[in-house]
Amino acid sequence: MSLQEKLAAGEFTITAELSPPRGASAAAMLSRAELLRGYVDAVNITDNQGSHVRLSSWAGAVAVQRSGIIEPIMQMTCRDRNRIALQSDLLGAGALGIENLLFMSGDHPKFGDHPGAKPVFDLDSTQLVWTARTLRDEARLLSGKELKPAPRFFLGAVENPFAPPVEYRAMRAAKKIAAGAQFIQTQYVFDLPVFTRWMAELGDLGVLGRCAVLAGVGVIRSARMLEFLSSGKVPGVQIPEPIQRRLRGVASDDVGAEGAKIAAEIIATVRQIPGVAGVHLLTAGYEKQTPELLRLAGVDRCQQEELASNGN
Amino acid sequence: MTPVMVELQTRPPPGPKGRRPVPYRPRLSARLAYLIQRVVMPNAVNRRAGALIERSPAARRLFTAAERASKEQLFGCRMCGQCALPVTGYSCPMGCPKELRNGPCGGVGPGGACEVYPDKRCVWVVGFERASSRDAAADLRRLQRPVDHRRWGESSWLNYWAGRDDDLWTDDDGLASPPSMRVAE
Repeated sequence: MSLQEKLAAGEFTITAELSPPRGASAAAMLSRAELLRGYVDAVNITDNQGSHVRLSSWAGAVAVQRSGIIEPIMQMTCRDRNRIALQSDLLGAGALGIENLLFMSGDHPKFGDHPGAKPVFDLDSTQLVWTARTLRDEARLLSGKELKPAPRFFLGAVENPFAPPVEYRAMRAAKKIAAGAQFIQTQYVFDLPVFTRWMAELGDLGVLGRCAVLAGVGVIRSARMLEFLSSGKVPGVQIPEPIQRRLRGVASDDVGAEGAKIAAEIIATVRQIPGVAGVHLLTAGYEKQTPELLRLAGVDRCQQEELASNGN
Repeated sequence: MTPVMVELQTRPPPGPKGRRPVPYRPRLSARLAYLIQRVVMPNAVNRRAGALIERSPAARRLFTAAERASKEQLFGCRMCGQCALPVTGYSCPMGCPKELRNGPCGGVGPGGACEVYPDKRCVWVVGFERASSRDAAADLRRLQRPVDHRRWGESSWLNYWAGRDDDLWTDDDGLASPPSMRVAE
């Protein structure tokens, strides 16, 4: 079943993230993908994440697609391409059979390895979703020129329910849904009350029925990672006090295990929130431990299938 | 009309190269800004005035310079020529380092700081506060169409009155029926 079919069927869906390598081979990325095989439904291929140059997301997505390991979701940011290049790459993705797309503004070049690069941002993330929908549904470019044939896309967007102005975040997500987003992945969910409220606001706006929400879940693996994430240096990430206290309360060797426990609890909790279609694991580099995390959270379908077959 | 257009295009564009996008705190209170909106909103009087001004290149230049001088001071205007201020709480989105026209990015700091310029407040945090204070937060739900980069340096008031940017944003939140992104040229 494809990602789109799975979400349409209302099954609990799990996506993860892979960042392409800095190098002219996708081999290392594919071996990391192999670790996720069967455990996740689709995997984001990041687009020069953090403004650091990597193998391009469309090439990475094509490599993953051809490997047959997992279904890719091609990320696309507004940072590096104007509307001409974006539309052209969208057509290229369509031609190569990449249908799952995820659009975002993108980190500012200032944070990456080429801080002197020109920030493009010709379109913003809402306009980029809107563009992809125009290509697909109107079979036209933004210029009005006709496409033969139109691409088939499944359109995704992102939202950070925790960044100010929090009262506006559901409305902003609704704008992306109006523009055509069919699924939304969120930033790390650590603050459950804020996330629950944001979901309720989406419900009030009447958009939950037309868009699947995948809650972002990360694992704090070490005391160093906790320091890093709570330093405020990572754009858009905040760790609430209670979680910081809990992680500081254990021996530094046990932070990883406690972090995984917290993540598993978060998965189990968000699963109960009406409208949550699944989780998006923001655990790039953590592929080996992903099966264990899913087991902890009680959403490991490989194990469940095994149990079911043993029972027979 | 044609000579005016030619004259405009030969002027060096004072556009985005001149000044980087940096968040700017509006110097005009939200209350006053929304009051002035009533005067600047297209109506029979300013439509006529705009048409008159556009007849003379000199008048047009003078008017554009006045608009630039005042809006630069009040809103940090960079003269994109397609003013979004009426529906952004009079906080200019072109001061966002990513020039986002449809709301803030996900990197806004816990206190509302811009991720690129941490000593400045995010223009959308400011815009949402200002719009909310005037009961106009619903304006921020409209979908903004892309900027036409040919218009940098033009007077957005003249464009506004002449109806050249009628399609800059949607009439509502676009949820009831999918709005078209393309507009008739």
